[in-house]
Parts: sequence; structure tokens; C-alpha cells
Amino acid sequence: MTSSVVSLSGVTHRYGEIAALENVSLDVPAGCMAGLIGPDGVGKSTLLALSAGVRRFQTGDLQVLGGDIRSPHHRKACTHRIAYMPQGLGRNLYPTLTVAENLDFFGRLFAQPAAERRARIADLLQATGLDPFPDRPAGKLSGGMKQKLSLCSALIHDPDLLILDEPTTGVDPLSRQQFWDLIDRIREGRPDMSVIVATAYMEEAERFDWLAAMSDGQVIATGSPAELRERTGQETLDGAFIAMLPEAARAGHEEVRVPPFAPTSDGPAVEAKALTRKFGDFTAVDNVDFKIAKGEIFGFLGSNGCGKTTTMKMLTGLLPASSGEALLFGEPLDAGDMATRQRVGYMSQSFSLYSELTVRQNLDLHADLYRLPKETRAGRVAEMLETFELVEEADERPESLPLGLRQRLQLAVAVIHSPEVLILDEPTSGVDPVARDAFWRLLVGLSREQGVTIFVSTHFMNEAERCDRISLMHAGRVLAIGKPDEIVAAKGATSLNDAFISYLREADADGDAPLGETAQPVGAVPAHRADSRDRLFDPARMWAFARRETTEILRDPLRLAFALLGPVILMLTFGYGISFDVEDLPYAVADQDQTAESRELLRAFSGSRFFEEQSPAADTEDLDARLRAGEIAIAIEIPSGFGRALLKGETPEVRVALDAAMPFRAETARGYLQGLALSYMESQVEQTYGEVVDTSGAGIETRYRYNQSFQSVNAMVPSVIMMMLVLIPSMMAAMGVVREKETGAIANFRSTPVTRGEFLLGKQLPYVVIALISFVTLLAMSYLVFDVPIKGSVAALFLGTFIYILATTGFGVLVSTFTKTQVAATFATAVIAIIPAVNFSGLLVPVSSLSGGARLFGLGFPAAWYQQISIGTFTKGLGFAELWVNHVALAVFAVLFVAASILLLKKQEA
Amino acid sequence: MTRWLFNIWLLGVKELRSLLADPILLLLVAYMFSVAIYAVATGARTEVRNAAVAYVDLDQSGLTGRIVEAILPPEFEAPQGIDLSELEQVMDSGDFVFVLSFPPRFEADVIDGNYPSVQLNVDATAMTQAGNGAIYLQEIITAEVTRFITGDDTASSLPIDLVVTAHFNPNLQSIWFTSVMQIINNVTILAVLLTGAALIREREHGTIEHLLVMPVNASEIMLAKIWANGLVIVIGAVLSLWLVVQGVLQVPVAGSIPLFVAGTVLYLVAVTGLGILLATFTTSMPQFGLLVIPVLVIMNLLSGSTTPMESIPVWLQTIMQASPSTHFVAFAQAILYRGAGLETVWTDMVVMASLSAFFFAVSLLRFRQTMATSQ
Repeated sequence: MTSSVVSLSGVTHRYGEIAALENVSLDVPAGCMAGLIGPDGVGKSTLLALSAGVRRFQTGDLQVLGGDIRSPHHRKACTHRIAYMPQGLGRNLYPTLTVAENLDFFGRLFAQPAAERRARIADLLQATGLDPFPDRPAGKLSGGMKQKLSLCSALIHDPDLLILDEPTTGVDPLSRQQFWDLIDRIREGRPDMSVIVATAYMEEAERFDWLAAMSDGQVIATGSPAELRERTGQETLDGAFIAMLPEAARAGHEEVRVPPFAPTSDGPAVEAKALTRKFGDFTAVDNVDFKIAKGEIFGFLGSNGCGKTTTMKMLTGLLPASSGEALLFGEPLDAGDMATRQRVGYMSQSFSLYSELTVRQNLDLHADLYRLPKETRAGRVAEMLETFELVEEADERPESLPLGLRQRLQLAVAVIHSPEVLILDEPTSGVDPVARDAFWRLLVGLSREQGVTIFVSTHFMNEAERCDRISLMHAGRVLAIGKPDEIVAAKGATSLNDAFISYLREADADGDAPLGETAQPVGAVPAHRADSRDRLFDPARMWAFARRETTEILRDPLRLAFALLGPVILMLTFGYGISFDVEDLPYAVADQDQTAESRELLRAFSGSRFFEEQSPAADTEDLDARLRAGEIAIAIEIPSGFGRALLKGETPEVRVALDAAMPFRAETARGYLQGLALSYMESQVEQTYGEVVDTSGAGIETRYRYNQSFQSVNAMVPSVIMMMLVLIPSMMAAMGVVREKETGAIANFRSTPVTRGEFLLGKQLPYVVIALISFVTLLAMSYLVFDVPIKGSVAALFLGTFIYILATTGFGVLVSTFTKTQVAATFATAVIAIIPAVNFSGLLVPVSSLSGGARLFGLGFPAAWYQQISIGTFTKGLGFAELWVNHVALAVFAVLFVAASILLLKKQEA
Repeated sequence: MTRWLFNIWLLGVKELRSLLADPILLLLVAYMFSVAIYAVATGARTEVRNAAVAYVDLDQSGLTGRIVEAILPPEFEAPQGIDLSELEQVMDSGDFVFVLSFPPRFEADVIDGNYPSVQLNVDATAMTQAGNGAIYLQEIITAEVTRFITGDDTASSLPIDLVVTAHFNPNLQSIWFTSVMQIINNVTILAVLLTGAALIREREHGTIEHLLVMPVNASEIMLAKIWANGLVIVIGAVLSLWLVVQGVLQVPVAGSIPLFVAGTVLYLVAVTGLGILLATFTTSMPQFGLLVIPVLVIMNLLSGSTTPMESIPVWLQTIMQASPSTHFVAFAQAILYRGAGLETVWTDMVVMASLSAFFFAVSLLRFRQTMATSQ
């Protein structure tokens, strides 16, 4: 053992109240394969993330590659020397990008020239056996291939330290073996490279040079695998690990013993006959046959995505089979048959109970839904709490419980109605060994004491060995069925793992691709490391993000449709929907007078384009009723004697009632009525005196400027453009960044030399282009659909729009720096943007009429400034001379938003 | 049947418990029915308020002074005097919506009977204020000039006495309209969002599969979501109508509240069904968000709750008849403003009921299909 590559002393890391690492001191030796072992949630990932510099350091001291990882300068230098592969199958990959595109993106992040990238990609693909599929989208690769691709992307820059967080979890044993062989070959080519791996599989930890066993935030032992086994006197690492656990964690642990299975003479409980399931042209389950006897524990062994879950779903009736047959208790499965559902219990792969309900409420709900009789219900729930040791946690919510307890709760729920068959889909993945054994003791009890048939899937070999019979599954097919020892014997292997591997090899020999067997040592491409490593802003790295983002959007039809069609649909809706034009007001008349004079007055109404006459009313009651029903908006009543009074010059009364349910309409209608009355009067005077005599002393010459026809659409179209260009681009941009947080791909930003500015601007750029495209679409609509042309300076509008889009996408990016989920980002952006854009930008109320706070609020957001440019150039016929102030203000917003997001985005995770 | 009802009841109670355990969602519901109603009702007024007026006075006479002084709040801000040379610039920059221009010798010409003209420049891009504001200004000027000539306030120049009364909202306050319509818009938004999100959450958490292997069928799951989320929204809407609209905003409600609640229930079945239907087209919350935003905007803006239906092109009015929101708005306006009864609104209720049945049937069909094809 030479020097240490990673050295911790007194490191503590907390998430809120919970300590993930508690005063850990550890020296990880350099130049070897070092492993961290332990179940989920013991702090392995935190330790690795801290070492990779992607998580912000809290307390203690941590030296990585001979420098203090807390120093930003050292961290920056380290990004070129460390490769970090986060936990989760292909989590740092981009599923819609192809294999080659993924690798190309990583190459660009390290600013490698095109020729070097090509050479490295070809080299890595060949080494990993991925070379036949450069054009397959990463999302469509099998688990094993995803992990190989992930490894390729980690190796693209020749790292000195490779940090792998559970790289093989959920991958089939052959792929797992190939993965480790691949790492060995890479290390042959680069003997100085250090590798640190976290794993939950004890079997594979056997091949590491050095191990650190972790439990509950602490390192409980270090040494080589052989040393650890020796020290505890155990045969397996699994056993050694349990033996090393502190007394408290081991309490109540005992070996799982499975009494021999005594078959009954009854027919099989579950039977699959040539069961097949296709999704499109992908066959998930291919011609699967098996029989499970009553009371048997039948295991399904296979990797993620091999068809285990799909088969189980078909047996529960959740998925119809494409062909073949599933039989339960000898009867063909009928998905709609409630009686069969009573006889089956199911536990799905992920935790699928209601996390908002307490343990007891979850049990109660299921007892009710399974129609347990009222008398026994409470007793049964209590019995379940007792049997599954959940009494103390009965009134807690499942989310606060450790994974092992939650799985016990799931099992309790699945058996509450005493089913005859239990279908369990990977019930123990991620659970620590002690809790796993406890879980298995419960299963064994159910099977042997109560005769329950258990159909369980797993990817743990030691669990498979406990089953009465197992079936090995791969790529939708069953490779072998039998008792575990028979399967081992059939292949002449020493362990189930080896037997499975030889079955897999056989299966792959029939298949199309030999997986990476031909590869030679990797790492031969000479490095032309660009001198960009210390540059603060490298356009090539920004371009890498922009390119990738664009490819992803183009392959996501829903997002693309929203970005391009959304504004069109909303423009039509707003353009037609928000109108302040009041026309065709329906009115009815009750003319009690019926003289030439009353008809003369009414002619003024029927001649106006603002009013539309309905059938006359009989009396006041009739008018009222029709007003109430919303049939008419104006009711006119001319009393009898009107004509006579008018002739006498007595100014007779005419009563007009308005439906003021819509106040704006009523107010406008009142204005129209005044105008009508005036023109009526003028015509009366003209008739009487033969000439127009003006009775008022002065005229008013009203000039409706900018919008002579005074139609809403001339003002609405520019305003809608203002609104569309703030809402949609900002929401899209906000989601773009938050998506990476959700999928975990943000790890690539944290662990590579990319700067915050390159990342954010690269993300923003595609949305600027999309927004410009939708601006052109909206412009075309305003000409073609709404007939609203640009009257002023086209250049002022285009430049203003461009700066505005920079500001609004920048705003979206800013929102994304403090939101965590895409949903939150979408709604936060919409909620923050809508109020200033709709209420305080001049769309409804002119900014000049806003007072105090509202005015400042309006001016504090780009929308109000762009509204001036949009209305100014479209309707008012203005240019730069009048509008330049707005351009400057928008530019200030754009710079501020981008600068603020760069400052707020943290390169390290909290 | 009793089993069916009992399961719907059970699952609905579960739904309510989930909702109660989610403080953010509850806060959203509370916000949508309180602050959001108040802010929009008091903020987005369409009546002429604080309109900015400037004037160019080339006459500087007593008459022009009287006219300027007669332009008063709350409709107008105190008018600002500007130079003739500034006129174009202040109009272009949108500093003022109205600019009056009095010619030289205005008063003298009025006295001499030369019938001079005042120029009233209106920024006709300010749609809510330009039209009605111009009419108010014309009335003010005419009245002041008439008073100046006759020396009498009561002189009427009209041969008839046009008595205009506004029914259902005598003072034409926009707050009466926007507050109630905002409740309706928010009912639509929440109904679609809550049910859609509830279904997607179950899908994302895998709990829906869990339900489907139990003796529970799809119609029970859907109806449970409809009643539970619907109940929360009805309570929210009624409380909001009672406390915010009638209480804080002092807006009178004309018609029968029980009838309104009955219609709201019908409407909620339709829109919650729509929420489920939309949710079956998407697999994740972000996708749901993208799909739901345009749908909600269309349903709210073109329903008649913002702009009167007759201002929308006829072809679009016809299309909008397929949206339950159009009928609910008509129904609510008739009851809450005009005090109409069942005899007026039953047609809208029948249409809402049939749309509910339609959405429910289609989403049930989709629900089964999507469950069967998802991997």
C-alpha cells in the first residue's frame, strides 16, 4: 500500500437532522481498486460525492489527489483528473441521445478537438463492445450496456481517479462480470489510475483490493476481503459484514432456515403457458412457461428489464398478455374477476403504499377494500402489526420509516386478506442484510406454516438459493428452471452466480452481439488537452450544452409542440377572447306609445351597428324577465303619451334598463346611448328648423390616435405577443435546467470543468432560438389572421424582441436556480410572470394609470417595457428615436437575470 | 352496488386524507379562493380610474381653467399642463392616455358664437380607458361650456329625458363582475389540476397498480377522486363566495346559493372528469403541466367570464359550446347577478350533466387503455 488517493479525517455530513457521515476518518489507498461496502443509506454515496467535489463540504478535513478539496482552485483542477459516475442505471446519460451523441457531448465538455473526440469514442466503444450500436438511444440500452456507456463517458478524459457509485446494482451477473473485467483491462492500460467503488453486492466486493465496510454513517472495518473474512471467521463477506456490525444493529439476527418443501397432490397454484408480452416491436416477455406448486417458494432471478416485472404484472392481471395464457388455481386469469383478486396478494417493486397515510391507516384501508368482515377487521390489523413488528410505528407515516420496515409494511398489506398466492416483485432490493434476513424469515413462515404459494423475484443470489425452485430469466426468456442446487450441478459450476453466468453466455452466443470480449487495453489515445482548462468561459463547452439541449427538445414532441404550437393556440384564444369591442348588443323595446314619434326614436337604435334588435316586448314585466334571463342587454320602454309630450316640447321620459352584470359592457353601452340621444336630437332639430343648429357653445374634435377604427385587436395582438414571449420561453427555460436536477444529469455539470456561465448560457441559447421562431410565427399570424401590420420601425421591433427574449429566458433560468422540480418551476414561473405581465404591463390598465406600488411592480419586470416597444412599433408607428429607453431597460434586465442566476447556481450540491 | 358505493366512499376518504396531508396543495387551494380572488378583483378594474390627462392651453382663459378643474378623480388624475411641442412625445411614450388641446381665443370664440373646437387626443391603444374615458371627457367639456354660456347648471339640451338605469350592478363596479368570475375560473383550474395531479401522483408512486390488483375497479377509483376533490373545491368556492366576495369585497349576490351549489356540483363532475382524461394522455407531472396550461387558458378566457360571448366570433362561440365552462359561466351569471331561477338555467344544467357523462365515459375508456399499455 503506497500513498492515499482520498484521505478523510473527522468528516461529518448532515442532511438536516440526519447524519449521513459521523466523524469518519479513512485513508483510501491509491493505485488500486478500493471498495465501500454496506447496504443503502449508510453514507457510501455521500462519501463518494464529497470526494468527487460535487457535494459541498461541511466539517472535517478531506484531501483528494494530494490537495484540499475545499479549495475551489484545487477542485477546478481536479475536475480534469476525477471521473464520477453517480448512482442509478445510466443516471448521468441522456436517454434520447444516441450512444455516440452521449459520448460526443462528454468529449465536448472537456473541450476535446473533433479528431481527438472521434478517436476516443471509437476506442471506448470498441473496448466496451458497444461499437455495433453507436446510433441506439441510450434510453433503449439494457442495464448492463447503460452502465458500460456511463463508464465510457466517465473515461473520456483519462481520469486519474475513477469514482463509481454502485455501478452494477440491478445489472445481470454476466454484464456485471464483464463490467469488472472491463475495469481491470482499463487499469492494465493505466496502472496509476485509482478506482473507488461503492457496492451493495458482497460477492463482487471479493475481487477488490481493499475494502471499507460502512454501517450507519461510520466505517466499521477496513482491509482486504481475505483479511475481513479471516478477522470474523466467516466464509462469506456477507457473513463477515453481519458479524462486524455493532451489537445493536445485529440484534435479533439469526440465519434463515428453510424447512424442506413437501408438495401436495393438488394442481399448480400458478401456471404460465407460452406467456408473451410485446410493447410495440419490443418483446418484453417471450414465450415463458412455468408451473408453481401450492405452498412453494418460487424465485425469479434476473437483471433489471429482463421481463420479471412484466411477467408478474401479467399474472396479477395488471397487464393483458399479448399471447399465451396465465392460469391461477387452474383457471384462466380474468382481470375483471374480483373473486380471484381476493386470493392473490401483490407487492410491487417500488414502495407503493400511501405515504400520506399512517401505517395503521394503510392497513385499515386495505382491510376494508379486501372486504374483511367487520368483526374480525380490527383483530386482523392488530395481528398484522404484531406479526410484522410494526406496533411501535403504527401511527407513523411510512415515509419516516427505514426501508426495511417499509418493506415489512408492504408485505403486511399484501397478506392482510390471507391470500393463497403472494406475488412479490424484488421485495428486498436496497434493504440491508439484517432486515433482508428478517423479511425472509417471514416469507418462510408464510409458506411453510400457512401454505401460501410465494412467487418472488430478486437479483440477490443468496436469496435465490433459499427458494424451492428458481427460474433464471434474461431478455424476456426463461433460461433455466429447477432447484438451485440442480441448476448449479447442471452447469458443473461452483455457485449459482457462475451457473447463471454460463447460462447467460450460452444465451448470448445465440444472440447477435458478443459483449466486449475482443477488447484490448484502453487508454491509448494521446491526450491533446486543450489549454481551456483555466479559462473562465469557453464557448465550446457552452456550445456542448446548447447542442445537446436542442437535440433533446427536437426529440421530445410534447415539449416541442408546447413551445411552437402553444403560442399559436394562445394567440388565437387571446386575440379573439379578450376583446373590449362592444357591438351587436341585443335589445328589446316595449313601445307603449306606438306613434310616429316613438318609431322615429327607435329608428335611431335599429340603424346603429352597436345594437341588435330582438322581438318587441309586450310590457315591463316581459322586458324584465328577458333581461334576467340574459336574452337582452338593453331594455327600452317608451311610455304612452310620449309622442304627444314630445310635440308639446315637454321633454318626455324614455326609460332604458341596462344589464350591468358585465360592467364594462354596460358602461360602454351607456356611452353609446348618450351618443344616440344626441344624434337623435340633432335630427329632430334639423327636421323642425330645416338646418343644423348647434345648441352647445363649442365642438369637440376627438381623435382616436394610433387605432382609428378603435378595435381591440390592434391593441391586443401586440400585447399578446408581449405575453407569449414572457410566459412560454421562461417556462421552457426554467424546465430545461430543473429537468437536469430531476433526472440527475446535473451531476455532469458538477463533476466536469464546465463553468456556471457556460452551463446556463448553453441551456438558455436553444430557448432563445425557439422563442425567436415563435415570434416570427406570431408576427405572421398578426398579418395573416388578425390583419394587424407593423406601422413603425421593423428594426426596433426585432431588436427589442431579441433583447426581451434574452431577458425572459434569463428570468426562466433564474427561477430554475431556486426550484427543485419541473412542476414547481413551471408553476413558479407562471405565477410570478403572469401578474406583472397581465395586470401591470399596460395590457389591461395603462401603466400611466397605475399608482405607487403597482407601477413600480410593473416597471420592475421586463413585460411593461416591451409592451411599449410592441405597441409602439405595431400600432403607434414609432421607431428607435422614441423607444430606445425601453431597449436599454430590457438589456439591463437581461444582464441582471443572467448574472443573478450565475451567482445563485451552486457548482456543488448542498 | 353497495360494495361499489362503499369502495368509492373508502377511496374518497383516502383521497381526502392525502390532500389534508399535503400542506402545499391546501395552501394553493386556500390562496386560489382568497388572495387570488381579492387581488384580481381589486387589481384588474375595467372602469375608468386614475386615467392620466394632459392639456395644452393656448387660450389661458377662465373657461379653459374651469374645464380643466372639472376633470376630477377618481376617474381622472389631476390634468397636467404641457407645451404644444410636447404633445406628440407624451402620447408616443404612453405617459398620458388623453391630451386636450384648447385653441387660442377659445373662450372669446365661444362668447362670439364662433363655435370653436377643443381637440381631444385619445391613445386608442389603451382599450379599457380610451372609449369610456373619451365619452366622460366629452360630457365634462359640453357641460362646462353649456354652463358657461347659460350660467345655469340645469339646462338640458335634449328634447327627451333618457333615464338610463343599470340593473344588477347599479354603480357599474367591475369588482362585482371580476370577483365572482374569478371564483369560477379558479374552480376550473383547481378541478382539473387537483384530480389530474392526484391520478398522476398515484401512477408515479405505483399505488394505482396496487389498487388495481385489489378487488377495486377503475370506475371506483375515478369516482372517488371526483367526489373527494370536488368536495374540497365546492367548499372552497362557497366559502370564498361567502367570505371574500360577500364579506370582504361587499358584493351582493342576487340569486339562490343552493341552486348555484347544485350547478357547481354538476360542473365539477365535468371538469374533474376532464382532469382525469387529460392525465391519461400524459405520464408525468411536467407533461401534464404543459398539456393543461393551454386547455385551462382557453376554457377560462373564451367562456364569457372575461369577454362577453357576443364579442367572440360566431364560429368560435359554436366551438366553445363544447366546453363545460361556457355553460357554467352563463349559469352562474344568471343566478348570481340576475337572480334567475331554475326555469332560466335548466338548459345549461342539462348540458353540463351530459358533458359530465361524456367526459367520464371517455376517461374511463382511456384509463383502462393506458393502464394496459404502460410498461
